[in-house]
Amino acid sequence: MSAPDGLATYGDEQQERVGFFTDTSVCIGCKACEVACKEWNLIPEDGRVWTGDSYDNTGELSANTWRHVAFIEQDKPIYGNGDGGTGLRWLMESDVCKHCTHAACLDVCPTGSLFRTEYGTVVVQQDICNGCGYCVPACPFGVLDKRHLAPAPDLPAFAKEDGRVWKCTLCYDRLKGGHEPACAKACPTKSIQFGPLDELRERADARLAKLDADGWNGAQLYGRDPDDGVGGFGAFFLLLDDPEVYGLPPDPVVTTRDLPEMWKNMLVAAGTLLAGVTALTLLGGRR
Amino acid sequence: MTGTFRTNGKPSITGVGSEMRSYYGRPIVKEPTWTWEIPTYFFTGGLAGASSVLSAAARLSGNEKLARTALYVGTAAELVSPALLISDLGRPERFHHMLRVVKPTSPMNVGSWVLLISGGASTTASLCQLLNRFRPLRTTASAVAALSGPPLATYTGVLVADTAVPVWHEGRHELPWIFGASAAASAGAAASMFVHPRDAGPARRVAVAGVLTEGALMQAMELRLGTVGEVYHQGQAGKLSWAAKGLAVAGSALLATRARKSRAAAVAGGALVCAGELCLRWAVFKAGKQSARDPKYVVESQRRRVERNGTKATTKPG
Repeated sequence: MSAPDGLATYGDEQQERVGFFTDTSVCIGCKACEVACKEWNLIPEDGRVWTGDSYDNTGELSANTWRHVAFIEQDKPIYGNGDGGTGLRWLMESDVCKHCTHAACLDVCPTGSLFRTEYGTVVVQQDICNGCGYCVPACPFGVLDKRHLAPAPDLPAFAKEDGRVWKCTLCYDRLKGGHEPACAKACPTKSIQFGPLDELRERADARLAKLDADGWNGAQLYGRDPDDGVGGFGAFFLLLDDPEVYGLPPDPVVTTRDLPEMWKNMLVAAGTLLAGVTALTLLGGRR
Repeated sequence: MTGTFRTNGKPSITGVGSEMRSYYGRPIVKEPTWTWEIPTYFFTGGLAGASSVLSAAARLSGNEKLARTALYVGTAAELVSPALLISDLGRPERFHHMLRVVKPTSPMNVGSWVLLISGGASTTASLCQLLNRFRPLRTTASAVAALSGPPLATYTGVLVADTAVPVWHEGRHELPWIFGASAAASAGAAASMFVHPRDAGPARRVAVAGVLTEGALMQAMELRLGTVGEVYHQGQAGKLSWAAKGLAVAGSALLATRARKSRAAAVAGGALVCAGELCLRWAVFKAGKQSARDPKYVVESQRRRVERNGTKATTKPG
């Protein structure tokens, strides 16, 4: 079992690792999580868009959306092996930052603005972020984005836009006060469950076994295994179809896993550049 | 807030019965937010790094004219680079936050330090050269610039490869080499423009060798990339790739032939190669954006991996 990167540095202050288990089989698509998240975290309105994509007018996770409910209409039965068009099902999934055990955003952040909290979650320090945007393409789930809206009061007067990167904090402030995150609190069906990660994993295993015994079509856990490409998610899911159907990557990997090899490769390239240019200059004539 | 309704400009595919393997065709990874300053910096950073090497090597060989010109070209590029980078930040007044930590897991952090060192060294060497004083300081500074130059020219390949952008991450083996070769080509080409042909032989050789190496490496990368490599032939990335090849080949042909005698040919050839290298960096940049925009590249490459090795990302019953 791998511990989240950096958690051990807290020593005595370290807390039990907490997270979300989002069980999409009981999600009713009410979007109370989206609203509660916006309200609690004072996330600005980012325009009203009609997408035409089922009931999803939010679209995706972004700087201004930290919970996003996906809606998928399928000609597939809820029960059975999924063959044949014998039924209709409507999948709903409340997506969120995965708070990875090995988090690419945190690794690549050049300022140390992104950090691991004592609860094992990943948070952006807004007084440090300088809006370089490196975490945006580094995240394998496309969670983080730059906020282009009007600047916050703590920013200088000349600022035209916020320009910083924002994402789910797993309600760090609420955790500090001993409360559960706003989305989990607001969820009326317990589709979003908050708690110690170990406990959530046990609960998820039991739920998957139950759905399987009842013959549910396509039930699978996503991000539950600590041996996956990001060391397991701090916020994992029970899905009813493959991850890509929900707009999630089927086999996410933390990009920095390959970084030691990349640095070595770069040093050889740099050495070759040095040797090559020097040789071409010294050998051969001046003309 | 106005209550305008906007559609996202594509037909709805929610019709019941459609078997979707993506979520309404939406991207899975986010497109980089970087704007024009970043690919331009990839060019200026490369030009700066390789020029420092060219300058030091020319001085070793006793070619003072080439050494001086390459030094000035390199310093000019070093000074433009941080301005470009700071201008791209969402919070430019916080640029110095880049230097509040030393963090090897962040190529951007490492690159900031390398740029600080190489830029400082190159600028110091140029000032000594201009004043024609402090010779030992100049020698030390240009040595530091020559040693930090190659990392400056190649780390940007690691910077883009260390992301979830399919065409960048899958190209991680070649990108630092391509950027290094492109840097050499631009440094040689720029020096050829400003030095009399009778002293610019080494610069022309470096430019031509850089163009040839980078062309071969681009081919090798596209072969390795497979499906996702097709973005280098599509849209803006495709056009820029062709422009990069055409300009660099035409320019290096001029440098290899007429530019040995003619100053005008040297200026034209050097300018063409530099334009080609700038286009190359833009091609890589745009290819990354294009590959992030289409979820099929993320899904296809990961599904291939799953077929090969299985996956722990999903846990199925039983």
